[in-house]
Amino acid sequence: MTLTVSDLSIARGGLPVLEGLSFVLEPGRALILRGPNGIGKTTLLRTLAGLQPALTGRIEGAEDRIAYAAHSDGIKPTLSVTENLAFWASVFGTRDIAPALDAFALNDLAGRFAGNLSAGQKRRLGLARMLVTGRPIWMLDEPTVSLDRDAVALFADAVRAHLGQGGSALIATHIDLGLEAEVLEVGPYKAAPPPLDDFDGGFL
Amino acid sequence: MIALLLRDLRLAFRAGGGFGLGLAFFLIVTVLVPFSVGPQSDLLATIAPGVLWLGALLACLLSLDRLLALDWEDGSLDLLATAPLPLEATVSVKALAHWITTGLPLVLAAPVLGVLLNLPGPGFSWLLVSLLLGTPALSVIGTFGAALTVGLKRGGLLLSLLVLPLYVPTLIFGAEVARRGAVGMETSTPLLLLAGITAGAVALLPFASAAVLRVNLR
Repeated sequence: MTLTVSDLSIARGGLPVLEGLSFVLEPGRALILRGPNGIGKTTLLRTLAGLQPALTGRIEGAEDRIAYAAHSDGIKPTLSVTENLAFWASVFGTRDIAPALDAFALNDLAGRFAGNLSAGQKRRLGLARMLVTGRPIWMLDEPTVSLDRDAVALFADAVRAHLGQGGSALIATHIDLGLEAEVLEVGPYKAAPPPLDDFDGGFL
Repeated sequence: MIALLLRDLRLAFRAGGGFGLGLAFFLIVTVLVPFSVGPQSDLLATIAPGVLWLGALLACLLSLDRLLALDWEDGSLDLLATAPLPLEATVSVKALAHWITTGLPLVLAAPVLGVLLNLPGPGFSWLLVSLLLGTPALSVIGTFGAALTVGLKRGGLLLSLLVLPLYVPTLIFGAEVARRGAVGMETSTPLLLLAGITAGAVALLPFASAAVLRVNLR
């Protein structure tokens, strides 16, 4: 199913950051979000994932179809790699974590406590979680932070495989992943700053 | 849901999980009371039900600030909110896990510690019953407080200030059951009120907790 976003406006901390954003994400396609820091890429992904309400506009085809990966990976340091993944698999109602371990080369680390992993290994574990969710739309926020070159290639392969199975991906990133993907530059959708004379109004 | 419960229990028992912290605190409080009151067994017997209830309540409070804050810090809470599990179920399961790791050990330890405070014979079973009925409410109310303060740095103190007033009805009726039971009076009225408070809290507060959590996650 297609994710359709029309005339979306979003706010962070009460201030509008992006407005008038429209795009369509079809199955099998990936969309790369680009834009300077603070433009609202994370806010956009959080809004699409349903963590915060949009100011205006419509989001169709997102309900219960999105696997979201934030800046932090949601990993418990006192659980092993396998236990972490198996937990998320059963939360999302899937069983098999072996493909996810394979895809991100985590087999050798499977029994280690996640607290003992390096930053890049933790990130790989966080990305492996996307595979066990079994959801069609991936939303990834800066997925390649702290990954080395080989791991970035593993990640790109995983995204390609996901797209090949009819999934889609929305990725906010600054590096070139070597994916065949459209690029959505969000800079032009920057919301106009609120008029200055509203300043006093907020206190009245 | 079961996966979440098992994960929370496993985390509690692993290193740094805080299991036994509340129990140790409860033990120390009840050991300190006879030292501060002095060797007057009559007086101790009179105050024993109240002291045990207060000790259990404060011990429950100790681990509340970790209940949701840890999941919030490492991003799990965001991911749980986007998972198929409704947030109401998530907070209920987390409250249940808190009760199993904190409330239940307190209930089981209370009669043993009652000996230290010279609790009269008939009081033991009533103390057990009242704690068993009352501590689930403490966990559920505490989860609500934890949801309110989840995004705040050093939210633990604020959490205590918010939650302690909400614990008052449970404390009044719980301690009253134990006190009446200890002196052989009729206990059904406070027992029913205590059960009513617990049933109401367990049924309604998860919705309130989930609502404030949604606002806090924005």
